Amino acid sequence: MIAHAIFFYTFSIIAVVSAIMVTTSKNTVHSVFFLILDFISISCLFIMIGAEFLGMIMLIVYVGAVAVLFLFVVMMLNVAQQKNQWFAAKDSSKHIPIGLVISTLIFVEIIIVIGGWKYKPDLFDVNNSLSQTSVSNTHSLGQVLYTEYIHVFQISGMILLVAMIGAIVLTFRQRSGVKRQSYIKQISRERAEGVEVLEVQSNKGVKIDD
Amino acid sequence: MIEIGLGHYLTLGAVIFSIGVIGIFLNRKNIIVILMSIELILLAVNINLVAFSIFLGDLAGQVFTLFILTVAAAEAAIGLAIIVVYFRNSGTIRVEEIDKLKG
Repeated sequence: MIAHAIFFYTFSIIAVVSAIMVTTSKNTVHSVFFLILDFISISCLFIMIGAEFLGMIMLIVYVGAVAVLFLFVVMMLNVAQQKNQWFAAKDSSKHIPIGLVISTLIFVEIIIVIGGWKYKPDLFDVNNSLSQTSVSNTHSLGQVLYTEYIHVFQISGMILLVAMIGAIVLTFRQRSGVKRQSYIKQISRERAEGVEVLEVQSNKGVKIDD
Repeated sequence: MIEIGLGHYLTLGAVIFSIGVIGIFLNRKNIIVILMSIELILLAVNINLVAFSIFLGDLAGQVFTLFILTVAAAEAAIGLAIIVVYFRNSGTIRVEEIDKLKG
């Protein structure tokens, strides 16, 4: 149990510090790297708590796909070197009190909810742990996912399809002056316009490219 | 303190959620950091769902975390595509210069 506590505090401190660094670091590339660190530590927490499948999926999807996508866009747009002072931007000072007030309000509300739950611990049966069963986490998740939640699962697949098509359509650009292969032109070529039969006279030859 | 319970995970989720909200409000650099703050908020929600799912012994939380992951990936792809198109058209993605709609 002490090892559990040590790992929990280590990973959660890393997660919180890197979350702060995501929002405050001046270089956007550093923000992306801290976001990756945050995802990695949270997925370590998931694996530690017993949700192995979600931890691994988190590593694959977030670190492998989403964060790398962020990194690509940041480097492509060349905004990494915008060395703005975080608090010194001219119009930002009026947002700081509002932001602090709203986020502290949200934090206090969530803590109140957690505290209320903590002081009434018989509200739920906490000791009913999933890890007591012999089935592994991935196995049980798969058993539930493809039977009870099959429609939601397919709808999430549709969401991914729509997002893919939407991203492609949004960033598609028709460039002018680029040579392309035209299949229609190639297929519909006739013999008459492609080949010409000439009578070759001796000692004169044939003029091409006239 | 040593016994790690549900409250610890929920507090961690609350802290990360609040940091995400602060990041949305206080950010003056570019929109990409705001998108990253939204990812942080979704991550905090995922922490809450997984912690409840484990400690209450119900798999529905983990299933919905999977779906939140899907939606977050889709949202990141679409949002970054919109940002790329906007940068191509107007040449900036700084928050204070995006004021075409005088809201």
